[in-house]
Amino acid sequence: MKILLSWLNDFAHFADVDDAEAVAAIASDLTSLGLAVEEVVPTGRGVDGVVSARVLRVETHPDAAKVRRVWVDAGDGEERHVWCGASNMGAGDLVPLATLGTAMPDGRTIERRGILGIDSEGMLCSGVELGVNDDDGGILLLDRSADAGLPYTEVLGTRPDVLFDLDVTRNRPDCWSHLGVARDLAARRGFDIAMPTMVSERLGAPRSVPVEIIAGDRCARFTTTVLSGVRVTESPAWIRQRLSAAGMRPINNVVDVSNLVMLELGQPNHAYDLEQLAGESIRVRLASDGERLTTLDGVERTLDAADLLICDGEDRPIGLGGVMGGLDSEISESTTVVALETAWFTPRGVMETAARHGLRSEASARYERGVDPYVIAAAVGRFIALLSESCPDLVAHAGGADERSASLPEQTRTAVLRGSVLDRVLGTSLDPDRVTGMLAAIGFDSVPVEAGLEVSLPSWRPDCAAEIDVVEEVARLHGYENIGRTVPRADVFGHLSPAQRRRRRVREVLVGLGVSEAMPNPFLAPDELERAGLSGPHLSITNPLAVEESALRTSLRPGLLKALSYNESHRREGVALFEIGHTYPPSEEELPDEQEVLAVVLAGCEAPAAVAVWDEVCAALGVGAQLDQSSPGEGMHPTRSATLRAGRDLLGVVGEVHPAVLAAFEVSERVAVLEVRLDVLLARSEKVVGATAVARTPSSDLDLAFLLDDEVPAERLTKALRQGAGSRLVSLDLFDVFRGDSLGDGRRSLAYRLRLQDPTGSLTDGDIATIRQACVDGAERIGATLR
Amino acid sequence: MTQDIDRARDAALEAIRTAGSVADLDQVVADHLGKRGTLATLKKGLGSIGDPDERKQAGASMHAARAAVEEAADERRASLGDAEIDARIADERLDLTEHRHAGSRGHLHIVTQAWERLEDVFLGLGFSVAEGPEVETDWHNFEALNMGEGHPARGEFDTLFVDHVPPGGSAGSTLLRTHTSPVQIRTMLTQEPPIYVVAPGRVFRRDTPDATHMPVFHQIEGLVVDRGISMTDLAGTIEAFTKAFFGSGFTSRLRPSYFPFTEPSAEFDIQRPDGSWLELGGCGMVHPEVIRAGGLDPEEWSGFAFGFGIDRMAVMRHGVADIRDMYVNDIRFIEQF
Repeated sequence: MKILLSWLNDFAHFADVDDAEAVAAIASDLTSLGLAVEEVVPTGRGVDGVVSARVLRVETHPDAAKVRRVWVDAGDGEERHVWCGASNMGAGDLVPLATLGTAMPDGRTIERRGILGIDSEGMLCSGVELGVNDDDGGILLLDRSADAGLPYTEVLGTRPDVLFDLDVTRNRPDCWSHLGVARDLAARRGFDIAMPTMVSERLGAPRSVPVEIIAGDRCARFTTTVLSGVRVTESPAWIRQRLSAAGMRPINNVVDVSNLVMLELGQPNHAYDLEQLAGESIRVRLASDGERLTTLDGVERTLDAADLLICDGEDRPIGLGGVMGGLDSEISESTTVVALETAWFTPRGVMETAARHGLRSEASARYERGVDPYVIAAAVGRFIALLSESCPDLVAHAGGADERSASLPEQTRTAVLRGSVLDRVLGTSLDPDRVTGMLAAIGFDSVPVEAGLEVSLPSWRPDCAAEIDVVEEVARLHGYENIGRTVPRADVFGHLSPAQRRRRRVREVLVGLGVSEAMPNPFLAPDELERAGLSGPHLSITNPLAVEESALRTSLRPGLLKALSYNESHRREGVALFEIGHTYPPSEEELPDEQEVLAVVLAGCEAPAAVAVWDEVCAALGVGAQLDQSSPGEGMHPTRSATLRAGRDLLGVVGEVHPAVLAAFEVSERVAVLEVRLDVLLARSEKVVGATAVARTPSSDLDLAFLLDDEVPAERLTKALRQGAGSRLVSLDLFDVFRGDSLGDGRRSLAYRLRLQDPTGSLTDGDIATIRQACVDGAERIGATLR
Repeated sequence: MTQDIDRARDAALEAIRTAGSVADLDQVVADHLGKRGTLATLKKGLGSIGDPDERKQAGASMHAARAAVEEAADERRASLGDAEIDARIADERLDLTEHRHAGSRGHLHIVTQAWERLEDVFLGLGFSVAEGPEVETDWHNFEALNMGEGHPARGEFDTLFVDHVPPGGSAGSTLLRTHTSPVQIRTMLTQEPPIYVVAPGRVFRRDTPDATHMPVFHQIEGLVVDRGISMTDLAGTIEAFTKAFFGSGFTSRLRPSYFPFTEPSAEFDIQRPDGSWLELGGCGMVHPEVIRAGGLDPEEWSGFAFGFGIDRMAVMRHGVADIRDMYVNDIRFIEQF
């Protein structure tokens, strides 16, 4: 919301526009009141050194076809010469001349510059160069009747001003007007505000434009006022100046007054040419499906049954209620009688219509936030007063319409504010009289009742309904900066849950193993899960930004494979990444079956590397799982992968990515991968490991190599050796795997080193021989033969 | 006899003097002092000397000879050992700058680093960490937070909806949470007050990515619900966090704002030591309707809540020029940190 200081000053004198310190204090007060000042822009100051100059004559030079020699008088009677590229000026015109030494807004300094050895003594300026308008088609032509030698801003009638650009929050529709901002600021400053001039008399003969509200749940109030003696012309300079400074383009006196009233009091309004209003009456109804209306912006809109229409006496649409008027009933130069509409529409209806048509107007922005339903009388009175300035014969007719429906908010609403609640919420101990005074200053009048204060809630504050809303008003006016600072001291202590600590440990272990953390997008293209070899159903976003980001992932693998592919294409191979993130498989429950998953991808590594990572994670978390290589899992390398199972739970997969999937993701390296249900692992209770005293007796090593068929997993031989060695086995290490022609096809040699120790004494040669035999016997039972 | 001993001694000393290595020396010592060594052999002959005086004298010579040989051997061993270590040291010279940096350490994502740093500061302030699902119900994300159906503020969230339909529910009621605030509701519904939690997490908006926005980003939410919690507690907690996280030279301020789920509502700004301000996040006293939606009586319990972006903390700390860089997963970016 753009708020002009000069306009605020009409309500109460807050600060001189030239007083930088006072302006800064206002900005600070506005922000402290919750009207955040995003920018403070000085306006209308003009460019120093640019003066009005009379064009004496314009000449061409035979050797410089593109420029003209312009002779001007800058008010001192002296003829000056400037070169000029534009040609829209002639003798007698008044133009802005940037004199020598002028610092232009674009950073240039005007210097004596010559063409063909003839110096230019300044520069004639366009509207763009001075920041006056966006016309760069020629030199800015000033009012010829003015004198030469004046600052051009004086000729234009612009005055220095300050514009505050406010970020008005959604709960403050009243501050979409200068009145609302002035009211808050005056309350903070302890000022009274004066309302602007209004005309309340209706001296003209009764003349009505009757209104019939059919859609009463959408339009709660609709008034019409007939004004005759209208002469459509240009607005007085101060109105044009004020609108321009506030960022609105002046059009004509009627439209300008309409806009001025809206910016000043917050009430949108619309003036119809009464002669163009068939039947001289208005109906407010819902559109029928497919009905059409061309709005003021020239767009023909197809309506539906949820759109609210303002229609003429013949039921033809003339406006989209609360959003924009129709093109046909617009004010024209021949208009002499207008019907002024001031109405109140229900916010939600306007919001939905504006959203549906992508049509956000100044009116809809106000209505959808909530206009004061009872500011209408002031708005009409102000409209008449302002239009009278440019229409001396203006007559306001008695007997207008003021139709209301049941959905009109009550004018007086109240809430009870308990003193105990106020101080409990704010942590203050405010003097009750001061509270009463602060509230009264913003129109929240109150009377003491047994419980505290009964506070009237003004009609311009639709956001206020309950006690807590009044508490906030007190806090705002008191100033948040005046609220103390304490730190609550409760009988609690902060801690991570076991699962949260274990999650951190997983990250530490992975980083220690050289794996880096990635955060891929959880949204995938619809076919990406399938390309990753994953066939299950997935959920989708119904309103995605792009279809490539519409599928909710059921696995972290596609995102990580894309990351590997990206890195490989940027000459980074062998990248190791992990992600801890959520997957969202469908479910029949209230919410999807959201899971926390850990995935690790190791580019350029074979399956055992992923198993090694899994072993480290297991060791860190004190968990484990069976590797089931008989069911490798979807999208996984069929002969180099396993599923991870704990009892009946499927925890995940480990191994290598299927070569076809790698090709689909344009990854040329092998990729070892681990993907597990981290939520399940973290939820396992943390087992505290009991300490075992280290035995001080000597240990002996026993090396054994076996031949074993490829079909039999090494894990079975390991298990057999553990059983055979029994309690005296300290560690078991598979130190060599060998396949070769000498062994024959389909077999490999597995060499183990067993470290043996008896904590109670030394092992004798006999003990070791017995253990050895037990190991060999066990191995033979699963089909292994000693080499 | 004494002459034999002297000869044997001199031979031993000569052999020790010329021994070239510790191993040679060990052999020399064994040859002369060992069980079958020259001196040992002579020692065995001492017993056969008949004359007591002569025997005594020979014994003294033997003793002196052995002592001399042992002393010489020790000295020689020390000098030979030093020389061997010197030789080994000279031989083993390495240029330590000749190594190639393996870069074997992995790197945590900078958003995770910011997330954990924030958690740590709040743990120190007495908060625990709460979590909630990323796909949420309309009720938890909006309704319970005082944004009923049709509430205008809903429009500001640019919500992404999911095609999951709960049993007996309707389409369009499942969404990707637009903020971490639904965790407030879940915490109040499952945990008895006093509640002192922060809820960091991933949130989603239908926002076109640009240098400062991502449709998927991270927030941290704080919630305190206890007896007698007031706005001074909110202001004091924000200030304590500011100093703990940013440093003692930083301070904070609250200024009025609007959120449907808090009242009074505030924006909180951080003032840097150079005096400049930075808008950090939103906060306020938990709205009585929200306390009620959490199953608690607002006449008995009050609280405050706050929230702000985690990604921005990472961006600010490391001077990341474009927030999208953090989500490309380019290892050249990740491994910087």
